[in-house]
Amino acid sequence: MSELETFRLEVRNWLEANCPDSMRTPTKGLEDVCWGGRKFVFESDDQRIWLNRMADKGWTVPTWPKEYGGGGLSKAEAKVLASEMKRINARSPLNSFGIWMLGPALLEFGTHEQKLEHLPPIARGEIRWSQGYSEPNAGSDLASLATKAEDKGDHFIINGQKVWTSYADKSDWIFCLVRTDFDAKKHDGISFVLFDMDQKGVTTKPILLISGNSPFCETFFDDAIADKKNLIGEAGKGWTIAKYLLTHERTMIGDIGMPVPLSSLALDKMELENGQLDDAMLRGDIAAHEIDAASFMFTMERAKDEAKAGASLGAFSSMLKYYGTELNKDRHELILKVNGSDAYEWEGQFSNDGEIARNWLRTKANSIEGGTSEVQLNIISKRIIGLPG
Amino acid sequence: MALVLNEEQQLLKESAEGFFAEKAPVVQLRQLRDDKSEKGYSADLWQEMAEMGFAGVIAGEELGGTGFGYVGAGIVAEAMGTTLAASPFMASSVIALSVLNAFDDDHSRAIAHKLATGAEIATLAIDETSRHAPEKTTLKVSETETGYVLNGMKTFVPDAHVADKILVLARTAGEAGDPDGLSLFIVDTGAKGMIVDRTVMTDSRNWAKITFENVSVSSDNLLGDKGNGWKTLEPALDKARLVIAAELLGVSQEAYRVTMEYLKERKQFDTIIGSFQALQHRAAHWYSELEVTRSAILKGLQAADSGQNTAWFASLAKAKASKTAELSTNEAIQMHGGIGMTDEYDIGFYIKRARVLQHLYGDFNYHSDRFAKLSGY
Repeated sequence: MSELETFRLEVRNWLEANCPDSMRTPTKGLEDVCWGGRKFVFESDDQRIWLNRMADKGWTVPTWPKEYGGGGLSKAEAKVLASEMKRINARSPLNSFGIWMLGPALLEFGTHEQKLEHLPPIARGEIRWSQGYSEPNAGSDLASLATKAEDKGDHFIINGQKVWTSYADKSDWIFCLVRTDFDAKKHDGISFVLFDMDQKGVTTKPILLISGNSPFCETFFDDAIADKKNLIGEAGKGWTIAKYLLTHERTMIGDIGMPVPLSSLALDKMELENGQLDDAMLRGDIAAHEIDAASFMFTMERAKDEAKAGASLGAFSSMLKYYGTELNKDRHELILKVNGSDAYEWEGQFSNDGEIARNWLRTKANSIEGGTSEVQLNIISKRIIGLPG
Repeated sequence: MALVLNEEQQLLKESAEGFFAEKAPVVQLRQLRDDKSEKGYSADLWQEMAEMGFAGVIAGEELGGTGFGYVGAGIVAEAMGTTLAASPFMASSVIALSVLNAFDDDHSRAIAHKLATGAEIATLAIDETSRHAPEKTTLKVSETETGYVLNGMKTFVPDAHVADKILVLARTAGEAGDPDGLSLFIVDTGAKGMIVDRTVMTDSRNWAKITFENVSVSSDNLLGDKGNGWKTLEPALDKARLVIAAELLGVSQEAYRVTMEYLKERKQFDTIIGSFQALQHRAAHWYSELEVTRSAILKGLQAADSGQNTAWFASLAKAKASKTAELSTNEAIQMHGGIGMTDEYDIGFYIKRARVLQHLYGDFNYHSDRFAKLSGY
C-alpha cells in the first residue's frame, strides 16, 4: 500500500471516530456555519467539539506548518483529507477570512514572531478577522486610501474610515491598509497593519443591503491604536501585500465552484414537452449559459494544472474573476426566470424567506467586490494584452 | 489527465506553427483565389504536410501515422487556422480517417493507410440541405445482385473535386429523420453517374455539390453493417467537430493578435487608439472568451483521445468555438475600421473562413440544442 493510501485509511478511521453525526449533515445556511472568534456562539456542542478536534490535528488549516497550528500536510495529503471529509459529508469545521486571506499573506510576508502570534489563534478559531481595505473615497481606486496612521514610536495612532468591512461587527481583529506617508507617491505610502478591534477607538455600523441582509459594515477609527510589532512587511510597502491578497481573493471569488447545474433547477421547476423544457426560448438561454459555465469550469481546471506545471497565474486571475462573477450574475438572472413569480417572494416559509430573490441580489456585488469587472478589464488590457495606459 | 499540453504536444505545436507560418502564410490562400487555382490547394504544401506526419496525425504507426491523436490533430488544425492554410487535411486526415478508423477490415485499413501517408485523399458527403441534419438523409439506395445503386444529391462537401474517394451517408431503410436505416458507402470519384460540381464559396476553399445518378457500387463498398451507418459516423463526426473547433480557435486567435497589433500602432486624435478604454474593455473581454474557449476544446480533444464518449464535449466545443469566432472576426473588422473592409487587408479572409467553419457539421444553434438534449433537457 502506498504511503498516501495508508494515510487515507488513517484519516478515514479518525474521521469516523471523531466527526459527530450532526456535523455530517449539510449546513442550512449562513446561520449554522462555524466562523469562530471571541464573540461566536456555537449552535451546538457538536459544532464546538468538531472544531476543537480538527484544530487539535491542525486540520482546520491542513497545509500550514505545524508550528503555526497547521497540519503540515502536503498538497496531496490535504486532497486526501478533503475527499475523505466529503465522503462522509463532513462540514467544514471552521470558515474565516483569517484562513482564506490573512493566513496566506502572513505566511508569505510575516516574520516568524508574527506568524507565531497570529496564525495559531486563526487555526483554532479563537480570533475572527475582518478586512479593512475599501474606503468611501477609495473603491476601485483603492490606492487613494486616506486612513491615516501616525508613527508614535512603538505604536501607530489610526484615524479614518473603512467601508464594506465584511462582518466587522462580529470580528475581533482587523487587517488594515493605512497611509503612513502622505508625501510619497500614492502606492508607496501605504502600510499593512493588524490591530485589535476591541478598543475604544474602533466602532462598527452594519450596512443594510438591497437583499435585506447586512454582511458588511462601516468601520470608524478614532485614535485607534496599533502596536508596531503588528506592522506586516516594511512601512510603505503595504501595497505589495494588498495586491497579493487581492489576487488571492479574486481567484477565490472567480472560483464559484461546482454549483447545482442550472438545468437541474430548471428540470425540477419546469414542465417537459417531448423531453425538453417547455419554454423553448428559456431552454436556449439555459443551454448558452451552461456552455459558458462548462467552458469556464474547464478553464479553472486548466489554470490549476498550469500552475501545478509551474506557470505563474499573475493577471490571469483577473480574467477568472471577471468571467466567473459575470457568469454567476447571469446564472441568477436565469434562476429568476426558471422560478417565475415564485422567485420574487420576499418573506414566508414557502420561499425560505425569499432565498431566491435575496441570493440573486447578493450576486450583484460579485462584480463589484474584490475589484469591479471594469477594474479587471483594465488589468487584463494593460498587464496581459499590453495596451497603453 | 492534466488539462495542459505535455512536452511532446508542445513540441508539435511549435513545429506546426513554424511550418504553416513559413510554408503557407495567408498570401498563399490569396494567390490560390486570385489565380482561380484548379486544385484549390498547393500540392507541394500537402506533400510536405504528409512528410511532416500531419496527414497521419491521428493514425497509429501501423497505418503509417504519427499517433499524436486528436489533441495532436487539434494542434495542427489550430496552427492551420492562424494562417488559413488550404489543404485537404480536415476532409481527409481528420474526417475521413476518423470514420475509417472505426473499421478493422483489410479494405478499410488499406484505404486508411493511404490517407494517413497522404497518398490518397478522401472526404465525407453528408449534408443534403443548407442546414446540417444528418438524420434527415434521403440519398436513396437500391440493392442489386452484386451491390447497390445510389441516387440523390449531397452538398457542402469539402475537397470533393480533388478527392480520390468519397464516403457517402445514404438511406437503406426508414424515413428521413430516422437515425436507423442509414449506411455508409465508399465511392471512387471516377464512378459513372457521379457528378462533382465544385462550388466557389466565401472562404475560397474547396467545396462541392455531388449528384448521384444511378451510381453502381459493389457490395464491398458498403462500410460496416447495413443500416448501422449513423452509429459509426456520429462518434467520428464528433471527433472531427472538436478538431474543427480547434481550427476556429486558430482563426479567432489570429484575428485577435492582428487586431491587438493594430490597436497598438494606429493613431487618431494624436493618440494610440489602444489607449481608449472603450476599446480596451472590449479587447479584454475578447481575450477572456478566447481563453475560455481554448479550455473547452482541449478538454474535448483529451476526452476523444482517452476513448470517452465525446458527443457532449464536441457540442460544447463546437458551440463555444463558433460563438467566439463570430465575436472575434466581427470585433476584428470593427476595430480595424475602414481598412478592415478592404480586400487588400487580410482580415477579411478570416471572417470568411470563420463563418463557413462555424456552419460545418452544425453551428452554435445546432450544437447548443444538442448540448441541451445530451444534458437531459
